[in-house]
Amino acid sequence: MSKSIQALKQFFLNPVIDKEYRLRMRTSRSMWTLLAYLIAMGLFAGVIFSIVGISSGRNAYDNEFSGIAFIVLSFAQLGLIAFMSPGLTAGVVSSEREKQTLNLLLTTQQSSFTIIVSKLLSSIGFILLIVFASLPLYGIVFLYGGISPDQLLSVFAFFIFNMFVFGSFGILFSTLFKRTMMAVIVTYGVVLFMFAGTGIIYLLFFSGYTNYIHSGNASQNLDFSWILHFLAINPAFAMFSLFDTGDWHLSLANVNNSSGAKGYFDYVPFWLEYVLFYTIMLVLALVAAIRKLRPVKRRKG
Amino acid sequence: MSEYMIEINGLKKNFGTFHALKGIDFSIKKGTVFGFVGPNGAGKSTTMSILATLMLPSEGTAKVDGMDVTEQPHEVRKKIGYMPDFFGVYDQLKTDEYLHFYGGSYGIPRKEREQLIPQLLELVNLSDKRDAYVDSLSRGMKQRLCLARCLVHDPELLILDEPASGLDPRARIEMREILKELKSMGKTIIISSHILPELAEMVDEIGVIEHGEMVAVGNINHIQQQLMAKRQLSIKTSSRQDELKLFLNDQPHVQGVFIDGQTLEVQFSGQDVEQAALLKAILLAGFEVISYQEAQTDLEDIFLAITRGGGAEQ
Ligand SMILES: Nc1ncnc2c1ncn2[C@@H]1O[C@H](COP(=O)(O)OP(=O)(O)O)[C@@H](O)[C@H]1O
Ligand SMILES: [Mg+2]
Repeated sequence: MSKSIQALKQFFLNPVIDKEYRLRMRTSRSMWTLLAYLIAMGLFAGVIFSIVGISSGRNAYDNEFSGIAFIVLSFAQLGLIAFMSPGLTAGVVSSEREKQTLNLLLTTQQSSFTIIVSKLLSSIGFILLIVFASLPLYGIVFLYGGISPDQLLSVFAFFIFNMFVFGSFGILFSTLFKRTMMAVIVTYGVVLFMFAGTGIIYLLFFSGYTNYIHSGNASQNLDFSWILHFLAINPAFAMFSLFDTGDWHLSLANVNNSSGAKGYFDYVPFWLEYVLFYTIMLVLALVAAIRKLRPVKRRKG
Repeated sequence: MSEYMIEINGLKKNFGTFHALKGIDFSIKKGTVFGFVGPNGAGKSTTMSILATLMLPSEGTAKVDGMDVTEQPHEVRKKIGYMPDFFGVYDQLKTDEYLHFYGGSYGIPRKEREQLIPQLLELVNLSDKRDAYVDSLSRGMKQRLCLARCLVHDPELLILDEPASGLDPRARIEMREILKELKSMGKTIIISSHILPELAEMVDEIGVIEHGEMVAVGNINHIQQQLMAKRQLSIKTSSRQDELKLFLNDQPHVQGVFIDGQTLEVQFSGQDVEQAALLKAILLAGFEVISYQEAQTDLEDIFLAITRGGGAEQ
């Protein structure tokens, strides 16, 4: 037990993390990122509070309101994390390549695993710092009640998971592409696909199926709920499933559940499928990045 | 334990259809300082990156202390200190943090590093820059810092790719002094340059590479002697250099003629008697000779002679 803690400590004290942290904290850009983030979150919060405040009078800050405010704030936070992570991770390898420090690092004894994982952890550390700096805003919502600590925790766990997902995609492309610019663009592309692409594919299938049903060639009860998998791997829908316990997903697939029988998504909520799917993806991305970092001879036979 | 620090066999590297290395062979014994010479684009950096485990060869093998660089890269990295031709530094680190980072990356415990780093800074004359940001160092200082960096883990082999390029004369001399010191510490060093004389006084052996092929390898004196068998004659005339060139090409023992302004450089394989006969023939043919002399072959001429020979196909 103490041995593995020792090993873990050793890992977190490794020179790559130490260096990344020093470099990150010494650039003025980091400070501006933090500031911009807090301003953006503050604006979101301010807008939400004033909208509800105006529309419902002075005593509107009730449970229901803070519930809604919490959800809206969380979506804003998720959006900002998605917006920030690619920029903060897609340069970690390629910028060293551009600054011609990568070859020096690669001739040291640090394993490719240590280099990639350390770089991922230190950029996530920085994103976490920023997100934690915005916690006081949640405090306000929290004060008005209506949100359980469990909900807050699960949403934050979801944020952290997403940092790993976006971050490992960023690091993969940073390793694959020579130019940081290219890596950043492709990473944003993938994140955009996660948010918008999956939704669009879902909509295409949905309208395809409904047209098919309306044309009279299929039964009114045709079950095409499999297309919900596209929404389950969409970060926004996955997060929404954390707040909702009802069977809202049934309506998303036009499924009539008068029988009350339980379907797949009653057992495996969106967020669970999301976590499982992207755990695999992020592991694959990291493995690919680790293998591509250095040229490795393929074993014969 | 291998007697050789570096063994390169049939090494090839292709970039697409371009053959950067066309099957080179050479070995370097332990403790040797090996000058790796060749014009720009000859393949020096490519060879050195392969040795430094940063690039896979297309064919052939490269071994460091008996270990194949593609089979045991991790072990090879322990043995080598590599200084690339172009490198960057982490500007926002201080000199001493910079060395701590690389020391740590080679698994040297902090306590040891704290003793080691002042010694390294002393060696490369940067002791007074310990707390300076790397950003603020001059190019020569950065170069020396990088040299200190590749010494942190006390490697047996130093792979230095044009360490003196872009330095002013003073910085070059400083670099050379440091290299002499490293040589006296018994390290094997492979050092590349596109300028041979720069290396002459400190190397034991040279290897000359051109267009991805080794054109000469061996003891520097030995190569010099081989080339002394060939003489280089300088003939200065007042006019008709082109005609004289054609004339010379038909004479016995003349192996090559290059015009350099008024002067013709002649590669000549004859001895004194033939050299006298050649002069007679030139004068009899009516050319007006201002001077006729055997050029001192220094290292630069050796280099030119070898590479001109190797590059003749172009
Ligand atoms: N990554 C690369 N891709 C394509 N061509 C390359 C690459 N690296 C080197 N070359 C080519 O290979 C040749 C040898 O380059 P290099 O080893 O850097 O020469 P040197 O160090 O002797 O000046 C050059 O013609 C160069 O253009
Ligand atoms: Mg080079």
